[in-house]
Amino acid sequence: MNDYFRKYKNLMMLTVFIGATIIALIPLFGVLGYVVKNGLSALNLQFFVNLPKAMGLPGGGMANAIAGTLIMVLIASALGIPIGILAAIYLTEYDRHSWLSTAVRFATDVLTGIPSIIVGIVIYTAVVLRMGNFSALAGGLSLAVIMIPLIIRSTEEMLKLVSHSIREAGFALGISKAKTILKIVLPTAAKGIITGAMLAVARVAGETAPLLFTALGNQYWSRSLNEPTASLPVQIFQYATSPYKEWHQLAWAGSLVLILMVITLNLVARYAFRSRSI
Amino acid sequence: MGQTLSVRQLEAWYGSNKTLKGINMEVASNHVTAIIGPSGCGKSTFVRCINRMHETMPGTKVKGEIVLDGESIYDQDPVALRKMVGMVFQKPNPFPSMSIYENVVAGVRLNGMRNKQNLQGIAEKSLRMAALWDEVKDRLNYSGMSLSGGQQQRLCIARALAVEPSVLLMDEPASALDPIATTHIEELVRQLKEDYTILIVTHNMQQAARIADSTAFFLNGELVEHGATSEIFTNPNDKRTEDYITGRFG
Repeated sequence: MNDYFRKYKNLMMLTVFIGATIIALIPLFGVLGYVVKNGLSALNLQFFVNLPKAMGLPGGGMANAIAGTLIMVLIASALGIPIGILAAIYLTEYDRHSWLSTAVRFATDVLTGIPSIIVGIVIYTAVVLRMGNFSALAGGLSLAVIMIPLIIRSTEEMLKLVSHSIREAGFALGISKAKTILKIVLPTAAKGIITGAMLAVARVAGETAPLLFTALGNQYWSRSLNEPTASLPVQIFQYATSPYKEWHQLAWAGSLVLILMVITLNLVARYAFRSRSI
Repeated sequence: MGQTLSVRQLEAWYGSNKTLKGINMEVASNHVTAIIGPSGCGKSTFVRCINRMHETMPGTKVKGEIVLDGESIYDQDPVALRKMVGMVFQKPNPFPSMSIYENVVAGVRLNGMRNKQNLQGIAEKSLRMAALWDEVKDRLNYSGMSLSGGQQQRLCIARALAVEPSVLLMDEPASALDPIATTHIEELVRQLKEDYTILIVTHNMQQAARIADSTAFFLNGELVEHGATSEIFTNPNDKRTEDYITGRFG
């Protein structure tokens, strides 16, 4: 009797788990499938090489938005990756337990969870209003602010995985602390650090809210980093909320490109730089 | 050539825990000195004081004096001191990001030697001294992690020798190894004393009896007895030493 109930309960729980997994996967694959289905039909070469065109003209594209996204992600990476990694080195290697590192760690935790629109509005007030115009620089800066805590956290975790005995082996050879960190500890953790950085890049590539406030958007090529710049997420937002069917099509195509960019970055980060052993 | 070490009134703390309580000891050059004693008796702390690694841990403190070749080690820069006092750790710890060759020359290369011929010469000489050359000469570019545990430990010994120290500290270098690898390490230690002063911490009394010229017995942070290995094991002066080596405790 007992045995029967045990097996029955086991089967019931298994059904619940499988059911929950399927329910969780429906929206995931639903989103992907929907974007692919709608985006693929609108995706063509013109999308990648042409500027947006006025309503009614055929052959509009998002070349400037793709370039704008790449430029702003590049600016964000150039600022965020070195600052994040260097700060993480300080926190793990030089100052693990002081009140300063505890405070910094707390701040990065809070910043990681902060809604990105808040970063946007801060950069808008602090940078855009002062410089007098929207720009790729301000956009890149806001993405960097989102990136830095992510990179600090992931780099810190990777450095902590490097065994203390590796550092001691370096010191015991008469190698200075700075060189031990730079030439022994960092290379040991390099793959994990790069993976973390790429995942952070992938995360900010799709950010929309902070760019609305900072880079704004542009229907043309930007001639300098100091003027409004188009980006894929913002362009998608504008096209998708317009009343025109052709623009909706382009928004789908843009979404597909953005998803592919993020997926590629994720895959490269996960497989090419997967660390074999630390 | 090895150097003599004299340790005077050495005291060391981990936080408020006093792990060494006034050690006085003379270590002869070109000798193997074994440090034996039960866990927690301060033997690891003792050797870690000699290359000033003990102080690198937060919350530690040292008092007293250690004189190496007529000069107090506390008057020297610790980074420079560690080039003269090499160390081999309990668990083999080759640098995971480096090849076998890079591991061996890490100490000299990261301290500025660039000449490739010199580096290769040093690598071969050190690997030969560590009795590893024949096993790895065809795969110097393989990762150091690709070696077996015993080979990794000899790689770490080669890495320590490449810096040309005069004193070699070994903190239970064979305790993580199988008996055959242990035999290799012990043979190696016997050969190395030609050129080095060797201090070896060991849990294994048979090992001390096999390889050490003199043996020091530590208990609760004190040096109970230090003398010729044959004396310590056959005719100890102190009752506590006798109890320990006959297996009555520890």
